[in-house]
Amino acid sequence: MKGPAWRRRGLLAASLGNLLFLYLPIAVLIVYSFNAAKLAMTWQGFSLQWYAALARDHALMVACQNSVLIALVSTSVATLLGVSAAIGLERLPWRLRAWLDGALLLPLVIPEIMMGVALLLLFVLIKVPLGLLTVTIGHAAFNLPVVMVIVRARLRKLDPQLEEAARDLGATPWQAFRRVTLPLLRPAIVGAALLAFTVSLDDFVVTFFTAGPGSTTLPLKVYSMIKTGISPEINALSAMLVVASMCLVGLSLAVQRQRKIYSLIH
Amino acid sequence: MNQPGIELREVVKRHGSTVAVDHLSFSVRRGEFFSILGPSGSGKTTTLRLIAGFEHPDQGDILIDGRSVRDVPPNLRPVNMVFQHYALFPHLTVSGNVAFGLEMRGIARAEILSRVSAALDMVRLAGKDDRLPAQLSGGEQQRVALARALVNRPAVLLLDEPLGALDQQLRQEMQVELKTIQEQVGLTFICVTHHQEEALTMSDRVAVMDHGRVLQVGAPQDIYTAPASLFVAEFIGLSNRLDGRIAAVEGTRCRIEVPGLPIVQADVPAGAGPGRAVSVVLRPERLHVSKQAAPNGFDNVVPARVAKAVYNGHEMQYQLRIDERLLWTVRVPNADGGQKRFLPGDTVSVRWNADESVVLAQ
Repeated sequence: MKGPAWRRRGLLAASLGNLLFLYLPIAVLIVYSFNAAKLAMTWQGFSLQWYAALARDHALMVACQNSVLIALVSTSVATLLGVSAAIGLERLPWRLRAWLDGALLLPLVIPEIMMGVALLLLFVLIKVPLGLLTVTIGHAAFNLPVVMVIVRARLRKLDPQLEEAARDLGATPWQAFRRVTLPLLRPAIVGAALLAFTVSLDDFVVTFFTAGPGSTTLPLKVYSMIKTGISPEINALSAMLVVASMCLVGLSLAVQRQRKIYSLIH
Repeated sequence: MNQPGIELREVVKRHGSTVAVDHLSFSVRRGEFFSILGPSGSGKTTTLRLIAGFEHPDQGDILIDGRSVRDVPPNLRPVNMVFQHYALFPHLTVSGNVAFGLEMRGIARAEILSRVSAALDMVRLAGKDDRLPAQLSGGEQQRVALARALVNRPAVLLLDEPLGALDQQLRQEMQVELKTIQEQVGLTFICVTHHQEEALTMSDRVAVMDHGRVLQVGAPQDIYTAPASLFVAEFIGLSNRLDGRIAAVEGTRCRIEVPGLPIVQADVPAGAGPGRAVSVVLRPERLHVSKQAAPNGFDNVVPARVAKAVYNGHEMQYQLRIDERLLWTVRVPNADGGQKRFLPGDTVSVRWNADESVVLAQ
């Protein structure tokens, strides 16, 4: 924090500028969701009418349900598979592990649109009708590596002797896992699941390619509403989505940070 | 009491192409404090892990209380281990850690509580039972690890470098404490260490290991005063060494020719005859330093020049230059308060009797 005053002031200005750049559009969006005006971007007084209108919009409520359902199921699947894969991989011989690592983490760097197209082609090829199931599978697919990366990072920091200590004290391999490894992984698993849930809730591209009739999600719905003109209703909806996502990501970070207590003694 | 608590029979363990443990055999008596001493890579930790069951011997057998444990998984062996870095469960409290083994064995809640508190009393941690390991000092963590193992009343307690992570002061305190606890509970302790002072202080018997083999097993005094090989002599304690050749044997005495020095008289090593290349090992505290050049009744006298004199409070430590190659360390207790001191540059003579050296085959 030392240094000439002009430098400190410059840094402060740059940071504020960054924050404005990132959050101003969101702030505007949220503020205008409370605007009483029908169309104009002029402020005509505070109102909750657009939020009320959201609740009355049946199609929107269905999209909302779809989104939550898909996020819940795909997150569960991705978490279950991701955690098992992470633990399994740690126990593989080095060479095999390096190879599988690459294969399993590839989806993280593949452009999402390619993933969407690829999934669509696959589903058409094996004749699975597009719908809730295909969207859920698509989301689980891109969330699997996310969960795996987070859990493995934690797993690698665990002292391998902890499991040996448990075994030495009379625990079977399963007991050692349940009583020692799993509780120590829990913050990472919960954090990963929350992040996966958020990503699933917000996803547009993969959903766009894999959705069919009746499986419209919230992001898809917002997009289709925008095509017919920006209504303040969308502002309200987006504001809710943004706030929900931010809460989930914040929660995910908070849960993952808990591990600091655990790693103190190492 | 004389039935072995643990016996290793011709145990072999390979890691890839290297042999970590090479036809290892030794036995540990019940109630004994047994140390395995060796440099890093000597296979001592592997030996401990074989006994604990974390590794499986490629050949040979391990018996605990007369029963083979070859096919017994670690959780069913009557041994418990104190890990080098303790491996305390970070998410469990002190009492949660200590209770773990008892819970795994399905012992009744009331008994667990009383045994845990007795164990914590023994290691002087009463009142810290609901702390997390991260909230404890290194010494306290060490004692939790000890209590966590002892509370199960194992047939054998294994300790892997138990004091390695502690600072010097604490280390010396814990050496005494460990030994006291061991005598109190009467359990068999097997302790792995590379720290020779630790092994000598705590153990009833010490096994010196190198390259996966046991070089010597014996009481600390025997290992120190009668090392079986040059490696043992140089690994344990400080030693000064002279390399030479036996010139003549007269009864129990022999005369050894050392290049550049007067003939050295020493006790004959077992089975050695004239012509044999040997090393004479001299402990720093067995040498006598004087300004007089005459033997004065000593068997051997070697002139030297004081290179360095270090005052250690209870003793003086001198570095003596014998010739270009030889620099000896000699310790002289300050029984007179350090009055009779030699200064760097002084010419002195180093004297010792034949029975104060150990002669070992090279």
